[in-house]
Amino acid sequence: MSYHADIAGQRFRWPSLKAVLAHATPERSGDLLAGLAASGQVERLAAQHCLADVPLKAFLDDVMQIDGDDVTRLIMDQHDLKAFAPVASLTVGAFRDWLLDPQVTGAQLKALAWGLTPEMVAAVSKLMRVQDLIAVAAKIEVVTRFRSTIGLTGRMSTRNQPNHPSDDSRGIALSAIDGLLMGTGDAVIGVNPATDTVADYIRICEVLDVITTQLEIPTQHCLLGHVSTALAAMNQQAPVDLVFQSVAGSTKANDGFGVSLSMLNEAYDAVQGLGRAPAGSNLMYFETGQGAALSADAHHGMDQQTIETRAYAVARQYRPLLVNTVVGFIGPEYLADGKQIIRAGLEDHFCGKLLGLPMGVDVCYTNHSYADQEDMDVLLTVLSAAGVNFVITVPGSDDIMLNYQSLSFQDSIYIRDTLRRPPAPEFEAWIQAHGIGTPEATLPSVQSALAQLKLPAT
Amino acid sequence: MSTDITSRAAIREITQARLTFGEHNRVASTKRTLGFALDHAKAREAVLSDLDLPRLHTALETAGLPHQTVTSTAITRDTFVRRPDLGRQLPKEAHSQLAEHSPPDVAIVLGDGLSALAVALNGVAFIEALTKQLDTAGLTYGPIVIAQQARVALGDKIALALKAPSVVMALGERPGLSAADGLGIYITQNPQLDTPDSARNCLSNVRQDGLPIPEAARQTGDIVHAMRRYGQSGVMLNQHRAEIASLPNDATHQLE
Repeated sequence: MSYHADIAGQRFRWPSLKAVLAHATPERSGDLLAGLAASGQVERLAAQHCLADVPLKAFLDDVMQIDGDDVTRLIMDQHDLKAFAPVASLTVGAFRDWLLDPQVTGAQLKALAWGLTPEMVAAVSKLMRVQDLIAVAAKIEVVTRFRSTIGLTGRMSTRNQPNHPSDDSRGIALSAIDGLLMGTGDAVIGVNPATDTVADYIRICEVLDVITTQLEIPTQHCLLGHVSTALAAMNQQAPVDLVFQSVAGSTKANDGFGVSLSMLNEAYDAVQGLGRAPAGSNLMYFETGQGAALSADAHHGMDQQTIETRAYAVARQYRPLLVNTVVGFIGPEYLADGKQIIRAGLEDHFCGKLLGLPMGVDVCYTNHSYADQEDMDVLLTVLSAAGVNFVITVPGSDDIMLNYQSLSFQDSIYIRDTLRRPPAPEFEAWIQAHGIGTPEATLPSVQSALAQLKLPAT
Repeated sequence: MSTDITSRAAIREITQARLTFGEHNRVASTKRTLGFALDHAKAREAVLSDLDLPRLHTALETAGLPHQTVTSTAITRDTFVRRPDLGRQLPKEAHSQLAEHSPPDVAIVLGDGLSALAVALNGVAFIEALTKQLDTAGLTYGPIVIAQQARVALGDKIALALKAPSVVMALGERPGLSAADGLGIYITQNPQLDTPDSARNCLSNVRQDGLPIPEAARQTGDIVHAMRRYGQSGVMLNQHRAEIASLPNDATHQLE
């Protein structure tokens, strides 16, 4: 089916719904790189006018139009017609107005989650300004639980990310303690490993497990290695709290990560079998990010924001504790500058929340992007207004393993103090019980931590 | 409870993370904020610099290693930063020149990637250590290919031109604030025009204060050896090695 719009006597045509989406999407260097972007702002607005009149029902057909894609099949299987009913007669434009209607409550939006497909959500986001993305996301509360309760309205959690360039056990422990002394880590204490052996995976899990159990911290830990390494480690009885995997919005893009839905099914079963969490807990952690599919040449003619949203269908299949978009990590060829990174972070957060996911954001940029820490201040502040579940924090904003800049521990204190967003209630009580942030803190200091923690021998 | 205190200097030996030490003033100080901004400015400069070719040529000649220089289709630094697709393509003339060599067992490529500084500080030392490993194993590697405006997948095109079944691509990683000199090593068996990232083995942060060069060269040699034996690299190779590692010793022995 082809689409068109007439603007001031000029007719714009698009051959497919995915072409309308790509031309309607706000400017992104990645879509320019892929040759998918609108020729200019007038064509972009023509596509947005066209998109506003497309019925939501049109998105129940295969928008990507690639045979045999298992993410498409998953999207179709997930779709719940009964949940869709309240908005089934709307166009994309009318859906935007409905979402923004003050009469429409968070409970209604939550009930809608499985009635929406990723492409519907991506489509409506393209017609929304920054304040719209904030206003609607702020209505939706997505709560998940393990040892802490994450996502309650009015709170913001943090991941404490104590990476070390050679996965040194002591280096990881020192950074983790430093972050805990600053009150971070209620979403997860999570390490990105530099190595990818099963032995290292198990060793780092044991380091994190010593810290959380010895200091009785109401949080969970995670090693962000490949799911196949996690499976091997679980087979050897490693103390795995959460299974992590990067996921994307097409079969081919997931192939690029070396992951399939059947591997995720296997890992989900395995982590449930460990019995480390209270019944009904959420046990998976996923990361995504605009540009991942294109970088694997697996975008199939879809713009990067739409195919990013398809990754959320994969994530929500596994009731994750945490999902975050690593928004500025991928570089300027996908998100050129601070303006593009800020909008992309808000889009991903909005789309994930509308699909029912516990969305967090890695507020970050790389040294080859046209962005800096002031852009991150803005993104953190607007995400907090939008009710983000959690953000990533590292010592001094500098991840010395992955070589990029994220938020600092102090940045989370800025949000807590200035916007009054405390961490998860269990963790907040732990902070108070241990006098963290006061001279009387009962946690080991950074200087005494290695003597006091019983780290496994290396 | 033990009260052993590790000094800040000793902690710095363990990790270069920008630890706060539980500052009672819980906002970043002026000194810290300005220091951070200066480090960011330096990293931006590392991204935008080019390879020092005369110096690299001299160092490789001193090491007795034949070498050849190619440039991807990206040509300039600014194009390279914005257009990674062009940084993955080898111009036809470069392909033809490489095709004249007799096919080696392993193609070795040293590329600028996102940090010419990493190549300047660590590139030749890594290549020397690696070639010694390969010499010991009796593997041939042909000319060292210095690649300008190079992304990881340019190594595949170079290996295909050389008709090498294995490729080791060492290139400058995206600079961090504290480390602008890390090399990334990408090791691929049977490279194709569209090798997925999951089919590569990777070592990152190869530099003095990260993964040391001799250790990186040893690990690279081990991976080359294993992937040539199993005919696979990346996730598949890791799974294979994990299965072998989880077998009892006598079973491992039988498989060998």
